[in-house]
This record gives sequence, C-alpha cells and structure tokens, in this order.
Amino acid sequence: MTREILIDPVTRIEGHAKITIYLDDSGEVNDAHFHVTELRGFEKFCEGRTLWEMPALTARICGICPVSHILASAKTGDAILAVRIPKAAELLRRLMNAAQFVQSHALSFFYLSAPDMLLGWDSDPAQRNVIGLIGANPDLARKGIRLRSFGQQIIERLGGKKIHPAWAVPGGVNRALSKEDADFIKANLPEALDTIRITLDLFKSSFADQETRGMLSDFPSLFMGLVSPDGTWEHYDGNIRIVDSQGNIVVDQFDPAHYPEIVQEASEGWSYLKFPHYAPLGYPEGMYRVGPLGRVNVCDRFGTPLADAELEEFRAGSQERSGRVFDYHYTRLMEILASLERMERLINDERILSPRIRAEAGINELEGVGIHEAPRGTLFHHYKVDANGVIQWVNLIVSTGQNNLAMNRSIKEIAQKHIHSGKFDEGILNRIEGGIRAFDPCLSCSVHAVGQMPLLVELRTPDGETVDRLIRD
Amino acid sequence: MKEILIRIDGKEVSAPAGSTILEVAKQQGIPIPTLCHLDGLSDIGACRMCIVDVGGKIVTSCTTKIAEGMEVITNSDRLAELRRLNLELIFAERNHVCSMCVSNNHCELQDLACDLGMQHVEVPYAYPRLSLDASHPKFIIDQNRCILCGRCVRVCAEVEGAHVWGIAGRGSEARVITELGIDWGDAEMCTDCGKCVQVCPTGAIVEKGKAAAEMEKHPELVTTLKERREND
Repeated sequence: MTREILIDPVTRIEGHAKITIYLDDSGEVNDAHFHVTELRGFEKFCEGRTLWEMPALTARICGICPVSHILASAKTGDAILAVRIPKAAELLRRLMNAAQFVQSHALSFFYLSAPDMLLGWDSDPAQRNVIGLIGANPDLARKGIRLRSFGQQIIERLGGKKIHPAWAVPGGVNRALSKEDADFIKANLPEALDTIRITLDLFKSSFADQETRGMLSDFPSLFMGLVSPDGTWEHYDGNIRIVDSQGNIVVDQFDPAHYPEIVQEASEGWSYLKFPHYAPLGYPEGMYRVGPLGRVNVCDRFGTPLADAELEEFRAGSQERSGRVFDYHYTRLMEILASLERMERLINDERILSPRIRAEAGINELEGVGIHEAPRGTLFHHYKVDANGVIQWVNLIVSTGQNNLAMNRSIKEIAQKHIHSGKFDEGILNRIEGGIRAFDPCLSCSVHAVGQMPLLVELRTPDGETVDRLIRD
Repeated sequence: MKEILIRIDGKEVSAPAGSTILEVAKQQGIPIPTLCHLDGLSDIGACRMCIVDVGGKIVTSCTTKIAEGMEVITNSDRLAELRRLNLELIFAERNHVCSMCVSNNHCELQDLACDLGMQHVEVPYAYPRLSLDASHPKFIIDQNRCILCGRCVRVCAEVEGAHVWGIAGRGSEARVITELGIDWGDAEMCTDCGKCVQVCPTGAIVEKGKAAAEMEKHPELVTTLKERREND
C-alpha cells in the first residue's frame, strides 16, 4: 500500500511550509516533497512604482533579512543610475551586511537549530526550542541572544531602526556613520568575537565528528557564491563562482549582470517556490546550493586570520567540497566569525566616517541587476525602468529558492534513511525537518511573506486517502 | 473696522468683521485641526477637518465668517467622531502606504492621524488603480497619495501665477491635473518653481530621487513669501 506522510507545518523555519513523504507498498520511502504554501506577488505590484522606492518596498519581503533586499535593491538602483558609489557608502553597506550576517546566522543557530543539537533530536518537542535552551544552557543562550542583538543594534545605529531601515538608496546611503556609533561597534566587537569562538569550540567538540556531520543528509551538488577577483569569500560585491563536489571550478568570475545565462527557474504544481537551477545542466540535474555552505565551498580563503584557520580545519586538507547538509550549521558559525573580523577591519578604516556617502544621478540605464550575498545565499534583483525611472518589470531570485532542489533532496534522503515499513515517530519527523532547518530557509522571502512557520506529516493511500497525520502548530 | 462679538467654547470674544471662525480660534489659541488650509492661500473647505459646531449646525471653520452673537463649539465628542470619520474616508479613498512613502515621518496627513487618534480605518478601502506621473524632470505626482486638498492648484494660481494645476472629474473620480490633463513634463506653463511640492501635505507631489522617508517639505515658505509680497 502506498502511503503519504505529511508534515504540516514545518516548525522553527521562517515562513509556511509542509512536507509530504510518499511511501511504496512495502512502506519504504519513494519520494518526498517540500511544499512552500504561501504566495506574495512582489514582482507584479512593484510595477508602476519609482526606482527610488524599491529598497523600502522590497525590504517588506522579509522582516528577518530586510537588509539583504535593501542592499540588493540599492545596488540595482546604482546600476540604473550608472554610478560608482562613494567609498564610504560601500564600506557602510558592507558593514551593515556583515551585521546582518551576524544577526541572521545567530538567529538560525541559537534560536532555531541549537535546541535540536543541545537538547537532543528526540527530546520533548515542548522543550525543544529557545526557551528550553535557556533552561538547559542559560549561559550559551544568553551569549547567543546578545550576539544577535549586537548585529541588530549595528543595523539600528546605521539605518535608524532594526527592521526595514530605509537607509541604502540608489547611489549610496542616506546617513553617515557617527563617531559615537563607530565607538559603540568597536567597544562591543570583542564580546561578540569571544561568543562565536566559544560557540565554535563547543560545536566542534560536540558535533564535528564525521558521524554527526553526516547525520542529516550528504549528497553531491554544485555550489554557488560570490568571490572577490582573487577568490576570497565575498558577501557584498564580486563575481559568481560555481564549484562541484570535487572542488573543480565550473564557472568563475562570472559577471552577475548576465545571470540568466547560468540561472534559470523551473516550477512545479505542488509548491509556490520556484526551482532555480544551473542552466547548462538543465532541470533538475542543475541542482546547486547557496548560503553558508555554498560560499564556504566556493571561496579560496576568508581573508581574515581566525576564519581562515577555521576553514583550514573544516577542509582538513581535502580538495573535495562538503555535501553534508549538517555542515550548513558549521559554516554558518564560521561566517559569523568571518563577518565579525570583517567588521573589525571596516570600522577601523577611517574612510568609513566620510560624510560623502551618496552619488546623485538621473536615469542613465533602463535596466539593472543588483546582486549580493544574503545570509541565506546569493540574492538577485533585476529591474527594468522607463526613462522617468518608473518600474516596468521586476525579477527577484531569492536565496532560499536556489536551495529548493537541494532541500527536497535532503528530506528525501533523511526519510529514506529513517522510515522503514511505514513506521516513524516524532523524533524521525524532527530529523526530516532538521534537513530543511539546516538551510535556514526564509520562505517569506523565497515566495517574495510574512507569516508563521508551521509542519504536518500525513500518511496517504495510493488513492490519496489520508490514513494518518501528525500536526504541529 | 467693525468688531463682532461671538462666543467660542463658552468664552466671549470680539474680532474684526470678515474674520473666519478659524482665524478667531487661532487668535484665541484654540486648536482646530486643518489639512487643506495653509496660511497665505485662500480657503476652500475641501478637507472638512476644521469642522465646528455653530448652534447645532456643522460648518467648516476656514470658510465660515463670524456673525454677531454666533455660538461656536470647536471640540465635542460628535466633532471628534466626525473628524475621525472624515480622516478615515480620506485614507480609504486612495492608497496611502506610509512605510514605503517618501513622505513617511514628514506628512501632514500622517501627523493628523496620530493627533486625532486614528488607529484603524473602519470603512472599507477602495484600493483604486491610480497613475504616477514622473515625466517632469524634477518632480513626481503620485495620485495614490493625493487627498484633493487643492493646495497645489491654489499656490500655482495665487502665488506663482502659472495656473498649471487644476482638478478634473467629480467625486471619487476627481484628480489633480497639469494643464488640460497632459503629462506634467509636457506642461509648458510650469516654471519648475516647486511651490506645489512644498505645499502638498502628503507624498503626492514630491521631488524626484527621494527614497522612503526622505522627502521633507516646507509649506511655511509659501506663507512667508505671501506675507512679504503683501508688505512690499
């Protein structure tokens, strides 16, 4: 008898989703689908608005990573104005993006995923959350919360508010950094660095063994991310690099403005989330991964000493690239460290205090692409405008969407490993969710939403009849 | 000039004949909310925010002249309710999305909503599909944010003397237009002076190139300009 297991909603992720697991007659897993169940429509309703409103408008795609959309949108604006922004503006945008990496990655690790690792995958679901974490390890929880807060405070000091700061604009930014705010960042960096080093040490001592790292899923794929011209890890600018699991460079220093040549989107009837893939390999063979694991796998180095030492340990002398989904957590922590080290450099560069922060220009191009690295991966904004700067067409390829094929592969593999003869329990379902959670998907963004994050698992007969279901709110 | 005696909020006051109730209230330091009124421009009673109670009848204080023995109430539960309903209707008629508006935090409509305690709009939103004209090299008119206060029409006619702005259509179909409904960028009479931008109380008429919350206006410049011209 074929049955379906439905996990609805998926918990501790950002957005709405459900998972369906299809079983064959003997109760073994045939296939698994990750369904994103929300629809938004930003690409359509941005049409008719002005270019200058786009950062604030697209920021509303997400409350977790508004900074990512603001920066991608402002960069698209730069391209349409055809300006090179002042150095201070670039440094400030980099600083805000580093702060965004710190706060978003800390949220993913400490609030959403650490409960699985530190309290146990099979622990009581009622306790398996950040509140349970505070009870079990108050010191670590406090440190994690303070680390996220540090990132949020930098965003607030730069942009005027923590969420949806209307600060980056086409041509630069609209407020310079004050000496007082620079001093605040300098004064608080040591504590943040201390927290991430302690957390990385704890992570490596408890979870860095091969068995744990392989516990979710492990499969080959392409990896994509931005790198600087010399191959260094990049989060704000740079060009696209794609590597395969053997570490071979497939695409290098590719101009992001030509992204449609390498990235195309497919769609399936069972999800509102599209399926971007590497165009030359087609769909679904062109599966690639972005985000922390993608960026770490494509770069030659981080370019900062502490993060580079971590990278060396992570790669362990191997040319091969990790395909382990659990390593998203590991690389996420490495990226917090790298972001804090970058922040230290930025804040000590005196050019960042310059009041020259905005290039003024009219509409000089009718089309522009803005690309940068959001915490969850490479983010593309692409607009066409008329001669007056009114938006005619918008395409957004959001980080989470690019992991869609890999997330589906991940849950299928975990389900196949744990579900046999149609038998499963809550702990197994949590591991399947964990196979999604590791990617830190932002579904609100991916379908360009605001919402809760729910999981439902259903068992269905071949006729589609539901014979069992497990729901979590 | 002849002085007229009226009672306003129970207080007996005298003011020159020909004064409006709004002018007398201002002189007496009695606050009345306004939106379409701007010192230096003529009054047309378009927004209905300055309504007061004159012997049980609701009138706009900016266009009603005082009369001997008039009894005026400027604030009551009924007036507060009517003003708030007026304001809700203004919000519901067009697409006012503060969070992404260039005039966010610098908007007279938004300020009034805060002052009058408007926390929700209880009438249904109309969500009309409206145009945005960015054809002028320096300015933009976004009909989504226009409240038809007519300040642009009055400042252009009464202060600049260019008569570019007008209002076409009736009721909810009314729109501010440039010249005879042509694109603003094609309006030959426009002097690009920007007075309409400065007096527009919302984010409807704005400078091009401003991002969210960046548009700050100075309608008081027009008031000063008018006063200086009259004193010359």
